[in-house]
Amino acid sequence: MNIMSIEINRDMCIGCKKCAEVCPGSLISISANKAKIKSVERCWGCASCLKECPVCAISFFLGEDMGGLGGKMSVYKPNKNDTALHWFISLPDKTSRKIITDTKNANKY
Amino acid sequence: MKLDIKKITTDFLVIGGGTAGCWAAIKFCEKSDKNVLIVEKANIKRSGCLAAGVNALNAYIGEGKTPQDYVDYARRDASGIVRGDLLLTMSERLRKVTAELEKLGLTILKNEDGKYVERGWRNVKINGENIKPLLADAVNQNEQITVLNRVNVFKYIVQDNRIIGAYGISIEKPILYLIFAKAVLISTGGAAGLYKPNHAGFSRHKMWYPPFNTGAGLSMGINAGAEMTTFEMRFIALRCKDTIAPTGTLAQGVGAKQVNSLGEVYEDKYGLTTSERVYGTVCENVNKRGPCYLKTKGISKQADEDLIKAYLNMAPSQTLRWIESKKPPSEENVEIEGTEPYIVGGHTASGYHVSTSRETTIKGLFAAGDVAGGCPQKYVTGALAEAEIAVESADKYMNENILFDDLGQVKKIKHELERFFIKGESAFTTDDLEEHMQEIMDKYAGGISANYKYNQKSLELAKKGIGEIKEKCKTLKVKNMQELVYVLELKERLVICDVLISHLLARKETRWHCFAEHGDYPDKKDEYRCYINSRLYGGKIKIFKRFLIEEGEVYEHHEYRN
Repeated sequence: MNIMSIEINRDMCIGCKKCAEVCPGSLISISANKAKIKSVERCWGCASCLKECPVCAISFFLGEDMGGLGGKMSVYKPNKNDTALHWFISLPDKTSRKIITDTKNANKY
Repeated sequence: MKLDIKKITTDFLVIGGGTAGCWAAIKFCEKSDKNVLIVEKANIKRSGCLAAGVNALNAYIGEGKTPQDYVDYARRDASGIVRGDLLLTMSERLRKVTAELEKLGLTILKNEDGKYVERGWRNVKINGENIKPLLADAVNQNEQITVLNRVNVFKYIVQDNRIIGAYGISIEKPILYLIFAKAVLISTGGAAGLYKPNHAGFSRHKMWYPPFNTGAGLSMGINAGAEMTTFEMRFIALRCKDTIAPTGTLAQGVGAKQVNSLGEVYEDKYGLTTSERVYGTVCENVNKRGPCYLKTKGISKQADEDLIKAYLNMAPSQTLRWIESKKPPSEENVEIEGTEPYIVGGHTASGYHVSTSRETTIKGLFAAGDVAGGCPQKYVTGALAEAEIAVESADKYMNENILFDDLGQVKKIKHELERFFIKGESAFTTDDLEEHMQEIMDKYAGGISANYKYNQKSLELAKKGIGEIKEKCKTLKVKNMQELVYVLELKERLVICDVLISHLLARKETRWHCFAEHGDYPDKKDEYRCYINSRLYGGKIKIFKRFLIEEGEVYEHHEYRN
C-alpha cells in the first residue's frame, strides 16, 4: 500500500529550495542539500511544488484512502519563460501519458 | 526557547497575502504613495485558496444583466440573509476587476468578436492556473510593497477599540514580531478543519478549502471583541468523491445533471440553490437511492480531453484519478459527495460584520475576501472588488497618532508563547486535540456523519466538548516554531467552533438545508428574517439579532463610535 501523496526523489533533487519556498503549508525542508517533505499527511495536494521543481524530482500520488491506484504525476516546464506545462503521468502497468497545458489557453467549460 | 522581539512600522498592514490581500496591496498603491506591508503565513506566490489555480471566474455580470441581477441571485440563494449594500457595491465592480485581471495577464476565453465567453450569465471561463503567481509578481514588482513571508499573525494590537497593529511569529525562527500600522486589512481567508473531513486518515488534508486556512483572522477579531455575523450559515461544497475536486465545471460547463443510483435526475426535486443541491444528494443517500453522480456518461471524447486539462489547472488529483482508473468521464459518471462544513465568507454570509465601507467594528480594521461576512457568492472577483472598497476606505482613514507603551502586554504575550516550549512530553499532541475537536463537531454540531443535522441537545454537548479541549490546550508542549504555530491554529479553530455553535443554537429554524439544519426546528420562520450576530464581551459570547440591510443603504457601526 502506497500511502504517500508527495514523493521527492532524493537522487534527482538538486537542492534548489524552490519547492520549499512555495509550499503553502511550509511542509518541505532542506537538509544536506536535499528537499524533504516533513509531514506528508499535512499536504493539501495543490501541486505547487511539482510546478516549481526544475528537474522533475517531485511526484504526486492519490493516497490509498482516496482510492489511489499507484499512478504518479509530475510536471515539467521545458522553458522557464514558457507558458506551457508538460504533465507526465506514469501508471503501475508501465504505461504513461503526457498532457500539455498552456496558461494561454482558457478552460472551455 | 526564548523569542527575540522585532519591531516593524508600516503605513498599511495587510494580514494574509492571498488573492484579496495581494489585490488590496496593489490597489492601495494606485491610490496612495504610502507603504504597504503584506504579512503572509506561507509565501504569496502560492498561498490562500487559489494555490492550485481556478478555472472560472464565478462572479461576473454577463451581457444584458445588471449588478442588481447578481444581488437578486445571491439573495435568493441565501434565502434572504444577505447584506444588500455589500452585494450591490461588490457587484458594481465585477466587470471592472475582471478586465483588470485580464490586463494583469490572466487568460480569459473570448469569442470571435473579442467578447468573454460566458458560462451562464454569471461566469467567465479562464485559465487560472497561474492566478496567484500573476498577483505575486505584480506585488513583488511594486516598490511600495514589502512582503514578509512565513510569518504567522496571531493577535491584534487594539487600544480603545482602535487597531494599531498586530503580533506575529516567524514559522522558522524564534522571532516575535510587533507590527505597527496606520490602518490594517484583514484578508486571511475562512476556516477549514473545524469538522471531521471526508478522509479522516492519511489523506485528511485532501479537502476542498485549504487546510492551512485556519480562520486566524476570524479568531483574532472575535478575541478583540469584533462583531461577527451569520456564522451559522456554514458552507458545504458538493464535490467529486475522493478527490474533493470542484463539480461546477461538470455541472455548469458540460451540463451534467445530478442523478441517483437508479439513474433518475433528482436535482429538480429539491431545488437548485447551493444548499439544496447538497441537500438533495444527502436525501437520496438517506433514502437508499445513493450513491449520487454527475451524469457525464456519453459526453464526447473531445470533452474528455478538455476536462482532463481543465482539472489540471485547478484540481490535478481529479485528472490523475481519471487517467489511472482508465475511466474518463465519458465512460463513467462522476460520483459526488458533500464535504465537511466550512466557515467561508466568499461562498456564504459568515464573517466579520462590516460597514458598507468594509470597516469592521474595530476602528481602522478593514476586511476583504473570505473573512468578510454578509456578502456571499463573491468568489474571486467579488473578493477583489471588496478589497478595492476596503483600501479606498483605509486610505481615507490612516491613523497618524500611534502611541504604544504597553510593554507589559508584550511581555505577557512573549511569556505565554515561550511557556509552550517547556521540556518533556504532554499527555496528548496538538493533532490529538484537533482530531477530537473535529469528531465532536462532526457528531454533535452537524458534520458529515450526522447528515449535517443537529439539535439543541447535541449542540450543548458540542459546546461542552469544545470547552474541555480549550482547557487541554494549555498543557500542550512544542519543540519548534512550526509546532507553536500548530498550537495557535488549533486555538483559533476552537474559538471559531465555539462562536459557530452559539450561532447555530441561536437560529431556531432551518433556513438553509444542510448549511444550518436544525433538527428541532425543521422549517423556516419569519422571525428569523434577520442577521444573527455575535460579539465576545467580558469573556462571554453575546448573541443578538440585527435588521436586514438593503441595497442603497449606507451602513455604519453607530454604537461603536465614541
